[in-house]
Amino acid sequence: MSDTNAGTLEPRQFFLDRFALSDGTLEDTIGNAIARKADFADLYFEFRSSESFSLEEGIVKKANKNISQGAGVRVVAGDKFGCAHTDEVSRETLRIATETARTIADSGGDNTGISVHSTAPRHDLYPLTHTPLEVALADKIELLNHIDIAARAYDPRITNVMASLGVEQKIILVVHSSGLVVGDVQPLIRLSITCIAEENGVRQQGTSGGGGRVEFSFVTEDDRYMKWLETAADQALRNLDAVDAPAGNMTVVLGPGWPGVLLHEAVGHGLEGDFNRKQTSAFSGRIGERVASELCTVVDDGTIANRRGSLNCDDEGTPTGRNVLIENGILRGYLQDRMNARLMGVEPTGNGRRESFGHAPMPRMTNTFMLAGDSLPEDIIKLVANGLYAANFGGGQVDITNGKFVFSATEAYLIENGRITRPVKGATLIGNGPDALTKISMVGNDLALDEGIGTCGKDGQSVPVGVGLPTIKIDGMTVGGTQS
Amino acid sequence: MSDQTLEEIAAFLLSEAKRHGASEADVVVVEGDSLSVGVRLGEIEKVQRSTARHLGLRAFAGKRSAITSSADFSRESLAHLAEDAVALAGVTAADDVSGLPDADQLASEIPDLDLYDPEISQLDAETATRWCLEAEAAAMDADDRITNSEGGEFGSGTHRVVYAASNGFQAGYRTSSCSLSAVPVATQDGTMERDYWYSAKRRLSEIESPAAIGARAAERALRRLGARQVGTAEVPVVFDPDMAASLVGHLAGAVSGHALYRGVSFLEGELGNKVMPDFVSIVDQGDIPGALGSKPFDGEGLATRRTPVIDRGVLSSYLFDTYSARKLASRSTGNASRSVGDAPGVSPTNLYLAAGDISPEDIIRSVSSGLYVTELMGFGVNPVTGDYSRGASGQWIENGELAYPVSEITIAGNLLEMFATIEAVGSDLEMRRSICSPTLKIAKMTVAGS
Repeated sequence: MSDTNAGTLEPRQFFLDRFALSDGTLEDTIGNAIARKADFADLYFEFRSSESFSLEEGIVKKANKNISQGAGVRVVAGDKFGCAHTDEVSRETLRIATETARTIADSGGDNTGISVHSTAPRHDLYPLTHTPLEVALADKIELLNHIDIAARAYDPRITNVMASLGVEQKIILVVHSSGLVVGDVQPLIRLSITCIAEENGVRQQGTSGGGGRVEFSFVTEDDRYMKWLETAADQALRNLDAVDAPAGNMTVVLGPGWPGVLLHEAVGHGLEGDFNRKQTSAFSGRIGERVASELCTVVDDGTIANRRGSLNCDDEGTPTGRNVLIENGILRGYLQDRMNARLMGVEPTGNGRRESFGHAPMPRMTNTFMLAGDSLPEDIIKLVANGLYAANFGGGQVDITNGKFVFSATEAYLIENGRITRPVKGATLIGNGPDALTKISMVGNDLALDEGIGTCGKDGQSVPVGVGLPTIKIDGMTVGGTQS
Repeated sequence: MSDQTLEEIAAFLLSEAKRHGASEADVVVVEGDSLSVGVRLGEIEKVQRSTARHLGLRAFAGKRSAITSSADFSRESLAHLAEDAVALAGVTAADDVSGLPDADQLASEIPDLDLYDPEISQLDAETATRWCLEAEAAAMDADDRITNSEGGEFGSGTHRVVYAASNGFQAGYRTSSCSLSAVPVATQDGTMERDYWYSAKRRLSEIESPAAIGARAAERALRRLGARQVGTAEVPVVFDPDMAASLVGHLAGAVSGHALYRGVSFLEGELGNKVMPDFVSIVDQGDIPGALGSKPFDGEGLATRRTPVIDRGVLSSYLFDTYSARKLASRSTGNASRSVGDAPGVSPTNLYLAAGDISPEDIIRSVSSGLYVTELMGFGVNPVTGDYSRGASGQWIENGELAYPVSEITIAGNLLEMFATIEAVGSDLEMRRSICSPTLKIAKMTVAGS
């Protein structure tokens, strides 16, 4: 399988060589795409090379390598779009795809020849000396083997360890009907560790991990993977003693980092431009209104170096940005791709993303987090007489139309008289997006971003994202345990 | 090798793998076309077409194995793929029970299960668009309170799968699928509620009519209007068929041989035990003609079959592929699923909870105060312990009647206890999906709200 060198790779030339195309073919294809009455069109080329390795029962059982490649042609006219995708890319298949995509537009356009010009992305957020694919296989296998040994040595109650390492490099090229050509080379690493703990016939599991658009050495530097495996092991061990979670409305304190999934579900999805253009979001038409307590400022920032949710440009070639969604509790902006930005009369925000060439772009989050406040985390806990402290979460989900969202705690504790006491079993928390954040009464000074394993699903498309949160106190949220 | 048949490509890969020293190998090749059309507020919104093909090679070097997969079908790339798979297998650890199934386990006949409708590949986007428009219009016209729409959508696909292995197996089959849906938005007192309805089938002619889909979607959105929270309580919970199917889905995860040998199933050690009442039976059946979960052979070339998983309340079988069966000293149940890029796992085929003889109306009538669940949210299920906690919405039942809509609540319990306390099974089983159930009533769960 052809590995590609990170330092010298130029996406435009890469795709021209790989699919035996020329600049002339790109110009003809995008010219044909925009030839009818269309607002814009784009071509998207993708080459994704990935490896994954997984360990269980003390041995690395699986090693997989995958290559996927293809192209998508999209034509946008008003609020309509046509899209065609193929994984066999040639001048001829691009011509057929273009014919299909442009049927959405009425005939009789007056667009003429387009000459393409390459532009480098504005950012360079993940310059790597070596792509993760270039690292020797033996080093990746050894890492997993070491995780197994270290986790079992950490506590004799750890009875099994499942660890998987995924590395990839995605090369993309966007050719826009303005003539703009932008490419990017996107590395990604994800290490996931699950520990099973067992004692007195009770069994529990804990999961953690991390990664980002980083060198492979990131995982081992500063013993990061040891921290992740201890988090997974501790979660499994603590859950062995967990009592039933409480049920009903109570004060909830969320810990820093991954609990930021609250923002992703409670407000993030509801602020995506497509739902707001169609006015099907609980946040539609509410720019300038109060949607959170004044302690809350929430941003979506795709420009943080090496983060899993970061990108030099989105999948429409727009540079990513730091977009303020909520400022001191006031709703400021939506997340936009080109089509929805155009229809709403605003600028694209660099949030047009697609899972692959086989999917159409839509507004998506990058790294979504709340800025730090002034409170000390321990002071926040002290002020809670009875409540729940949630330190870690699994996934969440939202109904953007009525605003109801859930997220599921995988590590939580009771707060009794201002102190964190007993661990409780996992439970789902449910709230209403437009008012959940108005109940935030304290924001800690300990903002942390997650460790880099988040994936967001929307309309059948998965993309890597990040979340972050300082410790926060929410005065009233429904906790879905069994102890009423 | 673009001009060669999928079978020829598979055979070439097997021979290349052998040439590079593989002791065993298997190949999956998948190719397909898909169409997706969407309309919104009476206008076409999108047309999307894709063609895709992908293949995966698993090579064994003794008890070590690895997989390479690619969308590049050029001869050089395929030769490289085979060499790479064998080399990659060398870096993994030897795993005693790994390997292809024995030849005597393989399917000897490949039944025609009527999984392919040639009309789907002939379908034009205009016809599909018309159905979408009809479905959406039926929803929009149903009531003045339907004020907006996320549209009507049609999707279809045709696939061809070829599987070949060095144990002598080689066969292929075609499948098709199609679906039509509508997603209306209802408004009352300034708050919006959205719901959907869909129909998914292998044959175009079997899809529910656009008018019926639209009307049902509107009815579902309308009945949510005015939803409120209820107080925290322990009450009976009735799951509508689609929500009950999600419980059968959790069962599927727990009876998977992979979950069992890894020790991450709450049903470990329960084989032969009574885990549900007598009147509950759950069957996995992979050879039902025309069904969405059917296939003529599994991901390792074994015949699909009928496996009673719960037989009158008793956990009578787990579901296995070859690997997990060997791990647990059992035999494969023909439930190997195989994607091109990964080793086989276990998946149910058509997994259904057999219909009972009580109408859903009578089940609701049996509840004096409780919850009728029509939507579940989130991932709050612990596969190791069976602890269950999910967001829910639906209708509150008072004195045997659906009284008012509820939302922003959770339901919680433990799946082992929930299964053991199923109180009623509805007569309304419909094979709407590959995992399905009739209406189910659970004796008691914790509903958390205000």
